[in-house]
This record gives sequence, structure tokens and C-alpha cells, in this order.
Amino acid sequence: MTPALATAAAPPHQAAGFWRTYVVSTDHKTIAKQYLTLGLVMALIGGYLAYVMRWQLAYPDTSVPGFGFVGPETYNTLVTMHGTIMVFFVAMPILLGTFGNFLIPLMIGARDMAFPKLNALSFWLLATGSLVLVVSFFVPGGAAAAGWTGYPPLSARAEYTGVEWGLNLWLLAHAIEFAAFLLGGVNFLTTAITMRAHGLTPGRLPLMIWQLLTASVLFLLSVGPLIAGAIMLLMDRIAGTGFFLPDRGGEPLLWQHLFWFFGHPEVYVVLLPPLGAVLEVLSVFSRKPIFGYRLIIGGTLAAGALSFIVWAHHMFVSGMDPRLAMPFSITTILISVPFALIMFAMIATLWRGSIRFETPMLWALGFVAMFITGGLTGIFNGSAPADIYIANTYFVVAHFHYTLFAAVFFGGFAGLYFWYPKMFGRMLGDRLGPLHFWLTLVFFNLTFFPMHWLGLAGMVRRIADPTQYEMLVPYQYLNVFVTVSSLGLIVAQGIFLLNFFLSLVRGRMAPANPWQAATLEWTTSSPPPHGNWGPALPEVERGAYDYSFPGAAQDWLPQRRLAVPAIAGGQE
Amino acid sequence: MEDVAFRAPASPGQSRGEARTGGEAALRGKIAIWWFLASEIMLFGGLITSFVLARLGGAAGTHEPLNVTVAAVNTFVLLTSSYTMVEAFAAAEHGNRPGMRFFLAVTVLAGLGFLGLKVYEYSGEIAHGFTPGRGGFWSFYYTMTGLHALHVLIGVVVNSALLVMAGAAIRRPYRVELAGLYWHFVDIVWIFLFPLLYLT
Ligand SMILES: [Cu+2]
Repeated sequence: MTPALATAAAPPHQAAGFWRTYVVSTDHKTIAKQYLTLGLVMALIGGYLAYVMRWQLAYPDTSVPGFGFVGPETYNTLVTMHGTIMVFFVAMPILLGTFGNFLIPLMIGARDMAFPKLNALSFWLLATGSLVLVVSFFVPGGAAAAGWTGYPPLSARAEYTGVEWGLNLWLLAHAIEFAAFLLGGVNFLTTAITMRAHGLTPGRLPLMIWQLLTASVLFLLSVGPLIAGAIMLLMDRIAGTGFFLPDRGGEPLLWQHLFWFFGHPEVYVVLLPPLGAVLEVLSVFSRKPIFGYRLIIGGTLAAGALSFIVWAHHMFVSGMDPRLAMPFSITTILISVPFALIMFAMIATLWRGSIRFETPMLWALGFVAMFITGGLTGIFNGSAPADIYIANTYFVVAHFHYTLFAAVFFGGFAGLYFWYPKMFGRMLGDRLGPLHFWLTLVFFNLTFFPMHWLGLAGMVRRIADPTQYEMLVPYQYLNVFVTVSSLGLIVAQGIFLLNFFLSLVRGRMAPANPWQAATLEWTTSSPPPHGNWGPALPEVERGAYDYSFPGAAQDWLPQRRLAVPAIAGGQE
Repeated sequence: MEDVAFRAPASPGQSRGEARTGGEAALRGKIAIWWFLASEIMLFGGLITSFVLARLGGAAGTHEPLNVTVAAVNTFVLLTSSYTMVEAFAAAEHGNRPGMRFFLAVTVLAGLGFLGLKVYEYSGEIAHGFTPGRGGFWSFYYTMTGLHALHVLIGVVVNSALLVMAGAAIRRPYRVELAGLYWHFVDIVWIFLFPLLYLT
């Protein structure tokens, strides 16, 4: 077609050795798999920490099998590192790193990212950051123990937590992680802005792309103040400055403002990609166009914008000016409106669809149910009078696990089960998939729902031994119950790992379009070749969700303009 | 059935995302650098806002004995270097290799001069006992100017790389333009820091 095609055609894949193919590859699909591997490895560590924590809470001060004795100091390290790892080194690598890298070029019809080398650099920066974080467990004094939010003064002085280098390395790991995702986000945005297939206007982009891009923008615009805060905290620790230390004229609340200015948008950085995955899955497996495509985009952008002015809802009990509580309550309750609209659009998409209960769809439906539950408890947290009662209790722990954990798990697995055939060229076993889903759904609720009661009963976060508070002793059976359930939840994930690896070698070979989906990535082979599209780039002639299209001979119309008219036949 | 309404305007000769031409690469570079700078604005914005709020709250002290003369000279040096950076890009665009090298060299020297004067300032202040641990104002002063100096240093390295690999820069003048965008940003940050720290 164009002379440029020749130059862009990729060199033959076989020519590169192991090192170039798997380690320093600049192919976005390989980099996506690297993010997935890193995220899963870190998830094992984060999950192990959760197990040790839960054991300690159920059977305080007994030796934890596979770990040993947990004292209060170690417990502080466990909560801190569990939160840090799960948010920054599991959720972001898998949801943003894997999905973003794999899907953006494939869904917009590009051959790779705008800056492939920068892309590889992003991943290796993140891997370095992860390594720094893991190493911090083994330095004298152990890993960071000031909470995943790192509030000063606790985090600003080594003697308060007994952690010296662990916390400095924790800050360093964050700095590297932020740099990695900053470069990654710049790459995502540049790619999607400049490299879309011919005919792929913004109004035809799959919603997954809109979600990934909004998440990237939110991250880029919110992380700056936290980097500023992290530099200040590091200066307090090593250069003797007094930003956050009252005895040096500092102001601890300043950190909380900087942290949560980032923290709330960050929640959406983690939430939006799985939300996008669920939207794709719901449409494909209902065989219906997505309901309210424009409404969903508008809602996403509105929620993104609002997320910059809600942060102080994390600080209602921190001693900030009480006159600020009402405006931040109002913005917080406002932000549930766009999400309620999106949830409504999801349910309306299902309405009178021909629903196919394949494994990705089960996860997507689980996401809708769990996220609505988590969203409802968010209203309690957002309204200052209610929040003052439940702040820092297990009610909040339950809330953010119902939202964040549900988004990561149910949305993330919806996406992984959906795109696994495209990524690895094989189908995931379809017996283990539903088993994994149902066990996860049941144990997830058994684990996290009782935490609401524990919170209302007054159990605060980050205590190593609930039985030392007399008022909590009658509720200890709930802690035991939660721990047993959480073991079930962890064991259930073994089914996924088993399925994942077994299917890699034994799974049925995946056709190009196993789910009869309309978006671009399903029109190339599974897995796509190096360069994604063969000699000619795809061109797009319609929106992403033309399912059950009136007058069409088949059930769906692919976005891609085909040589043979789409009506004449499929491509399977 | 071909639904005309769904069809994009036909221009089969052009395929977006393929071209690796200079124009395309320059556009990608510009979009990337603007997003990067947006997050940099939020970084310095966070610091500056914190400083202003701390100051309004009385935590960051009032007037402190800073060397306004040296800082004013430094402001002039940085502003001049922004001008020479513009000239370097203009020369690169015209394929004028000696001109580009000359203006890049001046820009690099100005950056180094700025850093030298900054070190001179720091050593004077520390000699008088005004260390980072001296209180709220000095915490902000060292952190903000230090972070800015780090940005200047990165700019010096980038500009030096362009200078050393002048042939590549002449072939792809947009690289000088991108480095220039960053350099102007570093300059603008100083325009905010100078009055905030030295004059108020
Ligand atoms: Cu929030």
C-alpha cells in the first residue's frame, strides 16, 4: 500500500535469540507478559503477607506455620508491605502494565508502541523497583513499617518504627515505580493519540482504551505532588529538614494532603482498566452493543476530573479544618454519580441480551455485583458524620477490599480469561475456570463481609492482637472465621495458577476469534505475529460493539474493514 | 450491505501509525514531552503550593538572608540560555551545524554557570549555619532549589549529548526542539522560584 509499510515490517522473529526475544524484547506483547509475570510473582509475596497477617489476627502470638512468631513490630511491616505490594506492584503492573501494553496497540491497529525502547525501559525500571522492595525485607531493621500510606511523623523518624533503611528503600522503590509508570503512561497516550488505525476515530475506540487512557492521565497528573511529598519525607529522614515533624516546625497533615491528592486518583488508576475489561466482556457475552457508549465515556472523564477534588475524605479524623469536611463530603458523594451511571449502563447492556455464561462473563458479572456492594459502603465513608465513627476501622478495610480487591480480582480475571487466548494462543481450560470463579466469589465474601461487622464493633486497623482489647474479645470468633475464609480464598487462586500453566502447554489451540468479538485484536491470529498485522494495517469502518446488528447475516460485525464484506461470512 | 454512514473518509494512501518519517516522529516526541512536562508541573506545583501554604500558615518563616544579587545574576544567566537554546534549534532546522554547535555550547555553559553560582550560594549559606535543618524556610529552600538544580543538571547532560552527536541532531532537528521544550520549562520553574524564595 504505502512505501512506509516496507520499513515498518518487522524483522523475522526467529532471528532473535532467547535474550532478545524474552528479556530485552521491545515487542509490546512480550513486555505485557513480562508485566504479568512480575505482577503474579509479587502477588504471591503480597498474598503470603496477607496469610501471615490473618493467622496472627486469628491466633495472636502463636507461631505462624511457614513464618514463625509475629510481634507487633513485624505486624506493622506486614500491613505496610502487603498494601504497598498489592497496590503498586501487583494491581498496577497487571491492570495497567499488562492490559495497557498488550491491548493498546492491538485494539487501535498499531504495530507496537510509539516508543518501544522506552517501553522496555519502563518495565525494567519497574522490575528494579520491585527488586529494591523485596531486598528491603532483608536489610537490618527490616522493611518499612509505617503503613502503606507512610504517614509522618511515624515514617519520618527511624526510632519511631525501628526501621531505618527499610523505609528509605521503600521510598526509593516507589520513586522507581513512579518513574516506570510515568514513562509508561506517556507512551500509552502518545501511541493512542498518534497511531490509531485509519477510520478509528475517538468515537469508535473500544471503551477499554478510553479507560486505560483516562487512567494514564490521572496517574500523570496526580503523581507529581506525591513525588514532591516523598522527596520531602526523604529529606526529613536523611537531611534533617522539618517538613513533617512538629518539633522542627513542620506539619504532618501536609503529607496527608499530598498523599491523598494522589491516593484517590490512584484508586481510579487501578479501577478503570478492569472496569474497561468488564465493559468489553459484558458486551461480547451479551451479544449486544454496549448501552450508553458516550455516557460511559462522559462518566469516566467526569469521575476522573472529580477525583482530584475529593482527597480530604481520607482526612476527616486527621484534625484538618472541620469547615473543609462538608465540601469534600459533597464532592465525594457526587463522584458516585458517574459510577452509578456506568453501573446502570452495564446492567442495561445485559438487559434482554443473549447472555453466554462463559468464564470471562462470570467474572464480569461478579465484578458488577461486588463493586456495587463496595460502592454502597463508600457512601458511608464519604459522608463525614458517618465516617468519623468508622474511620480507621475494619469497615474501611472491608470497603476498599470490596472495591479495589473486587476490581482487581473480578475485573482483572474477566480480562485475563478473556484475552488469555489472544496472549498465549491457547484456550484456558473451561472446567477449572468456573470452579475458580465460584470458589473465589464465595470465599471473597466470607472473608471480607464479616469485616464490616468487626469494624462497626470497633476493631481498628493495624492492630496486631485484637484479643488485648476487652470489647473485641466477644468478636474474636469472627476474626477466626475471616482467617479461615481467607485461607480458602488464597487456596482457590492455586486453581488459576494450575489452569494458567497447564493451558500454556496443553490448552486447546485458540482460533483467531474464539469469542466472536468485534474489536480489532480478534482479527489477527492468536497469538498475533511480531508486528501484529501482516503486511497491511487494519482499517476500521464501524464502532466497537456492533453485536446483533440489524440486517447483518451473522451475529456481529467486526470493526475491521475486511476484503470480503463482513456480511458474507465470518473469519473462523 | 455497506452502511455509508459508518465509513470513514477514504484516503487509502495514508496509514496512520506506520510512518517513521521525521514529521511523525517529531509529533510523537512533542506529544510525549508535553505529557511529561504536565506531570512535572504537578511535581513543582505540589512543592510550591506546599511552600505557599506553609508560609501563609507561618510555618516557613519570613525574610531570610539570601544572596539576592547572585540569584538575580543566575536568573539572567538562565533566561539567556533559553534564548540561545531557541537559536540552537533555529540553526539546526536550517542545517547550520556550526551555528547549532555554538549555541548549544553556550547553553551548556550557561547551565554549568548557573550550577556553579548555586553551589557558591549554598556554601555561603551553610558556612553561616543555614543548613537544611535550620527550620521550615530552609527545608523548602534547599529542597526546591535542589530539585530544580537537578533538573538543570539533566538539561545540561541532554544538551551536551546533542552537542557531541551534532550530526544526528542536524538530521533530526526535532530533537533539539524537544530538548528546548524541557529547557524552557526548567527556566520557567526558576522564574517562579526566584521571587517566591528571594523576594517575598
Ligand atoms: Cu478517596
